[in-house]
Amino acid sequence: MSSTMQMNRRRFVVSASAAGGGLALGWLVPWGASPAMAQDVMHTTAPTGGGAEVGVWTVIAPDDTVTVRIARSEMGQGTLTGLAQLVADELDADWSKVRAEYVAPEVNLANKRVWGDMSTGGSRGIRASVDYVRKGGATARAMLIAAAAQRWGVPAGECTAADSVVTHTPSGRKLRYGELAAAAAQLPPPADVAVKKPAEWKIIGKGVKRLDTADKLTGKQVFAIDVMLPDMLSAAIAQCPVFGGKLVRFDADKVKGMPGVRQVVTVDEATVAVVADKWWQAKTALAALSITWDEGPNAKVSSASIASFLQEGLDAKDAALGQRKGDVAAALAGAAKTVEAVYGTPFLSHATMEPMNCTARFTGDKVEIWVPTQNGDASLAAAAEAAGLPLSAVKVNKLHLGGGFGRRGQQDYVRQAVLIAKQVPGRPVKLIWSREEDTQHDFYRPVTQCKLTGGLDADGNLVALHLRLSGQSILAYLAPSRMVDGIDKNMFQGLLEGELGYMAVPNLLVDHAVRNTHVPVGFWRGVNANQNAIYLECFIDELAHAAGKDPLAFRRSIMGRNPKHLAVLNAVAEKAGWGTPLPAGVHRGICQFNSYGSYTAAVAEVSVSDQGALKIHRMVAATDCGHAVNPALIAAQVEGSFGFGLGPLLYSECTIENGRVVEGNFDTYQVARMADMPQVETVVMPSGGFWGGVGEPTIAVVGPAVLNAIFAATGKRIRTLPLTHHDLKRT
Amino acid sequence: MISLDINGRVHQVDADPDTPLLWVLREWLGMTGTKFGCGIAQCGACSVLLDGQVMRSCSVPAGSVGTAKITTIEGLSPDGSHPVQQAWLQHDVPQCGYCQSGQIMAAVALLQEKPKPTDADIDEAMSNICRCGTYNRIRAAIHTAAGNGQG
Ligand code: FES
Ligand code: FES
Repeated sequence: MSSTMQMNRRRFVVSASAAGGGLALGWLVPWGASPAMAQDVMHTTAPTGGGAEVGVWTVIAPDDTVTVRIARSEMGQGTLTGLAQLVADELDADWSKVRAEYVAPEVNLANKRVWGDMSTGGSRGIRASVDYVRKGGATARAMLIAAAAQRWGVPAGECTAADSVVTHTPSGRKLRYGELAAAAAQLPPPADVAVKKPAEWKIIGKGVKRLDTADKLTGKQVFAIDVMLPDMLSAAIAQCPVFGGKLVRFDADKVKGMPGVRQVVTVDEATVAVVADKWWQAKTALAALSITWDEGPNAKVSSASIASFLQEGLDAKDAALGQRKGDVAAALAGAAKTVEAVYGTPFLSHATMEPMNCTARFTGDKVEIWVPTQNGDASLAAAAEAAGLPLSAVKVNKLHLGGGFGRRGQQDYVRQAVLIAKQVPGRPVKLIWSREEDTQHDFYRPVTQCKLTGGLDADGNLVALHLRLSGQSILAYLAPSRMVDGIDKNMFQGLLEGELGYMAVPNLLVDHAVRNTHVPVGFWRGVNANQNAIYLECFIDELAHAAGKDPLAFRRSIMGRNPKHLAVLNAVAEKAGWGTPLPAGVHRGICQFNSYGSYTAAVAEVSVSDQGALKIHRMVAATDCGHAVNPALIAAQVEGSFGFGLGPLLYSECTIENGRVVEGNFDTYQVARMADMPQVETVVMPSGGFWGGVGEPTIAVVGPAVLNAIFAATGKRIRTLPLTHHDLKRT
Repeated sequence: MISLDINGRVHQVDADPDTPLLWVLREWLGMTGTKFGCGIAQCGACSVLLDGQVMRSCSVPAGSVGTAKITTIEGLSPDGSHPVQQAWLQHDVPQCGYCQSGQIMAAVALLQEKPKPTDADIDEAMSNICRCGTYNRIRAAIHTAAGNGQG
């Protein structure tokens, strides 16, 4: 491999090698480049060490194939395709010849680990990468043009590029990218290049098909759980069911001699594992191990005790301030009418379809892992620490994720896999969690309650709004150092100026009483936006009702200063035909919310039978995410996010009893299925000028739209989730 | 030794007869297209066909299969050309993709039984979980595969 690696000020890496006579250009994606990313950055743990990663490679082969390889994690959200579109557009590539992949271990091996330093990275998707990715494409294009100009002996300014061909305009001579790639690889990357203006985009903004579908239809797609290595063993694990408890003893003799069993290993003070030839054998043996736990100080905690603990916070004097405008207390005191309500949402598990797993091989001075991770950097650090080796002794192979939803930013399962592998040196060990372990040892969406107080004047105008949150802070659990003045700003997601759509309300107070429990919490797709949207948007509906106004008209009346919020709200109202007649028994609910920089709104149409059976007939969703790289992918994400958001609305919750999570498998931790899913109609309405998020923001509007429609249908105001706790029967 | 007829080939497997078919496929035979999601017949990620009937292989002891013909996702077509796979491609169904082997096998079985399924048929037969929420597109793809027009 004739690799001439060079790194210039623009932080590009050029290699003449990987495709044999092709051009491989890699570039760094910076960490935390812009404030707009703040909401996404909070999804991952703090980066370890350096401020950048080699995030994207573009390889142009002699046969004109353009392969875009990314270091980011693909969890199903379509980032791979979107990033490829950004690169290909700036590159002026022929889209039909563009492939996208992210670096698989075998590719890495075949290329003598040329992608070695790509094993770091987080999951910040498209909008964090936009500028760099496009610059990379534009740089490669400039190098190809320069190579053509050199060959023809003409000024580069006389050459243009389109559809993977460089043309010398005065003479009409043409050279394909594939013919130029090797020569381009010998040139230094230009110091700076301009990217296209939105009006010049050809591939960005098109609803092209995903590039990574075929292997998912044939069983060929290799997920981390599918990794097969020579000599591999498997491990099944049991962790103390009560958070904070400890392992006391187990009876290894009972499982010695069971089929395939190799070893029983203590993983840490709360965890034991069985290592066997096959996972099924390990799991069978684990069940026979007679484990005794010391349940520790939290063994009496229950959902009920947590609820009263949080309730106290609703009226507590001390609270972290989110935003204050005007004088809420005075305005409430002078209001013609006040409305008060308390809402609450439970702990939730991520329940990725592929359970937690990681394969590790420890060979004394080195450790190699195969992992489905949302944060390769953190996986590397966790493996090094568990192995007791320097970072340089770790090799991370990132594999395809069967869902992430924020769960796989945490590295507990990586640490465990390495701790197990250390006790079986030389042989790779694949650790797989059972579904029960997965549900009962998560970093849960935190439990919160919210007390809302609103004041209306004599004409039914909203003059004051106080929103008091009480509940657990994610940062306090995962990254206390990232709290500012003891405040976890993420708690207020969607409720602060810049996100809140009701800044026209003259008196506003948003605050949070931190009430942390012993239950581990973490980032769950949509994070705090989901709960906050339910609190805010259901309560706004309550206020509209109290004011005797139509929920749409009432919202419009307080959105004077928020035209983009209003635009998405109007879009769903129009598409759903708000105010027009519906079939008998069908009722509508509406809401809007802003998070991750995107404006979202939804209308739900539901009916509730006399017996209380809920049917969601139709949902209309609108999103303004600024620029839309691929409207078709965005529509798919919005539909999917509704499927994801319906679970917590209808069924999902993690109940705490005796200090542990009660639910174990999908029979008790229920999620939405086909029969629950309404047809989702999506309005993608990019207004341009900014890059908003896509994968998460629309989850937030599912709950309030449906709950407000249920109120319209039944007169029942549902303030706690999931709906399984409520009887919608007509009384 | 258990003898299993999988995708038209007979395999001899040295596993305890109680071992679920899922794990025999994945661990003994290295056929990892069939996925593990729950282990208790709740999610459908492990769906395979036994003599054309869809079964959740995590809950079928390998020793109980006998001479029934097993079809896994790998055996559906050599090249992804099965009409259901093609419909899935047309509608860009998968997101993460982890549940899709099972979804496709369930859809194949449904269409064998009911070549023109209604929405209600689909609701009933397709109880497989997709955490990415691709249900709308699965429904549309089934209608396409059935030739029901745009559904
Ligand atoms: S793994 Fe078999 S149904 Fe879930
Ligand atoms: S596509 Fe991810 S679980 Fe279905």
